[in-house]
Amino acid sequence: MGSASSMLTQYDIEEVQEHCNYLFTQQEIVSLYKRFCQLDKNAKGFISADEFLSVPEFAMNPLSQRLLKLVDGLNFKDFVAFLSAFSAKATVPQKIELIFKIYDSDCNGKVTFNDIIQVLHDLTGSFMSDKQREEVLSQLLHEAGYTRESYLLLDDFVKILDNPGLKMEVDVPDD
Amino acid sequence: MSKLNTSNSELDLDRPNIEDYLPSGSIQEPRGKLRLRDLLDISPTLTEAAGAIVDDSFTRCFKSNPPEPWNWNVYLFPLWCLGVVVRYGFLFPLRVLVLTLGWIIFLSCYFPVHTLLKRNDKLRKKLERGLVELICSFFVASWTGVIKYHGPRPSMRPRQVFVANHTSMIDFIVLEQMTAFAVIMQKHPGWVGLLQSTILESLGCIWFNRSESKDRGIVTRKLREHVEGADNNPLLIFPEGTCVNNHYTVMFKKGAFELGCTVCPIAIKYNKIFVDAFWNSRKQSFTMHLLQLMTSWAVVCDVWYLEPQNLKPGETPIEFAERVRDIISVRAGLKKVPWDGYLKYSRPSPKHRERKQQSFAESVLRRLEEK
Repeated sequence: MGSASSMLTQYDIEEVQEHCNYLFTQQEIVSLYKRFCQLDKNAKGFISADEFLSVPEFAMNPLSQRLLKLVDGLNFKDFVAFLSAFSAKATVPQKIELIFKIYDSDCNGKVTFNDIIQVLHDLTGSFMSDKQREEVLSQLLHEAGYTRESYLLLDDFVKILDNPGLKMEVDVPDD
Repeated sequence: MSKLNTSNSELDLDRPNIEDYLPSGSIQEPRGKLRLRDLLDISPTLTEAAGAIVDDSFTRCFKSNPPEPWNWNVYLFPLWCLGVVVRYGFLFPLRVLVLTLGWIIFLSCYFPVHTLLKRNDKLRKKLERGLVELICSFFVASWTGVIKYHGPRPSMRPRQVFVANHTSMIDFIVLEQMTAFAVIMQKHPGWVGLLQSTILESLGCIWFNRSESKDRGIVTRKLREHVEGADNNPLLIFPEGTCVNNHYTVMFKKGAFELGCTVCPIAIKYNKIFVDAFWNSRKQSFTMHLLQLMTSWAVVCDVWYLEPQNLKPGETPIEFAERVRDIISVRAGLKKVPWDGYLKYSRPSPKHRERKQQSFAESVLRRLEEK
């Protein structure tokens, strides 16, 4: 109720902008704040997993649970920082870093064969058998010069994915 | 808050394919030999998820847009204060009086008619219809309703149903003022429920319970029976199944379109100049909503009675429903979204996620074959 932008002062906007490395304009931050307040139904200061899942388009996404781990319970500043990887101004390595975080579910800086299988399972569900997934991944890893026992680090991801580049952007509506 | 559970799969059968409507510009059909990169690149899926976090058409349907405050300066503020005094101190008591008067007249005529004319059914029904139209006119007067009706008034004929877009329960009152429809409605608690079980019952209204899936078969049967009867009041259905904010329409449920009869669309568009008539049932009770209307200057709206439609040869009920939704949306200037209104109360069925998974799995397996 009421216009959200009146609750965000110029100082707040600049602080948030700095926190996300200036990847969003001030207007975009104001729009994102309106959206944040819309999703955070009882003004707790963060958006709960349930509230994210009440957006049907998000709930239908195969990677929603993994994303929730990264975005559940964030305050507005961190919410914007999370979304900054999707800004048009973000560099490809910054985007790949987010992709790496999704794979690296135990946050140890290494992505194993198993980590990739887990994500592949989310993406393909019951339409590929475990055996098929393991075979495909083994074959492709081998062709790229890795083995089943290899750990992939962020640099490996950059090398693999930045070729020929990556497009991962969302438009913040100008409401 | 309310517990969300996965929606009954029955509700999703035969729905138009949502993927046809959703933006999928980032997902191109990949070609060529499969490389490690293709397997690891989850950017299209992540982009879709982030896009949904930043903005989604479903939430937009239920956003009440409060009007911008216009009164924040030295001369407008006192004017606005004067307006508040007039609205709350003078108009509101006057309207309460008018409404009370209306109820007294209605109740003192309705019960005698209902009990004494038990034998003369035809006359009794005619009088009851007239009385319901009367009390609805009193309601409309109590919000200073400025309602313009366009198009030929509904006629009492068998084998026809009326469908309209839904913004608030007052839609029913606005339409009922002109024609005593029989309605199919969700059973409500409180004083509304009391009205439903007594007065609306006599109009031939049908009740359902959203959360009971077995209900659907019973309700469909009741609908058919009602439509066949020549003496029954014309049936009004709100196929969206829930209140939407009068800027969008959500998908129409096919129930009204597979009864094998003519469907007469009605479009309702509220003018927000004095008050927003959208009833956000999660934020306000109906009583608070009515009070809000009664303390505003006026409720302004347009009602269009549109050309009756029939199922075209070779058209499925779902296509028919979409076609009628199109007609109503164009007339009232509403945007269409591909969502089921019941997603307000439950999570999307796993079928949608499975479709995405299937498409990705098939693409991987197919490209694996290409050497």
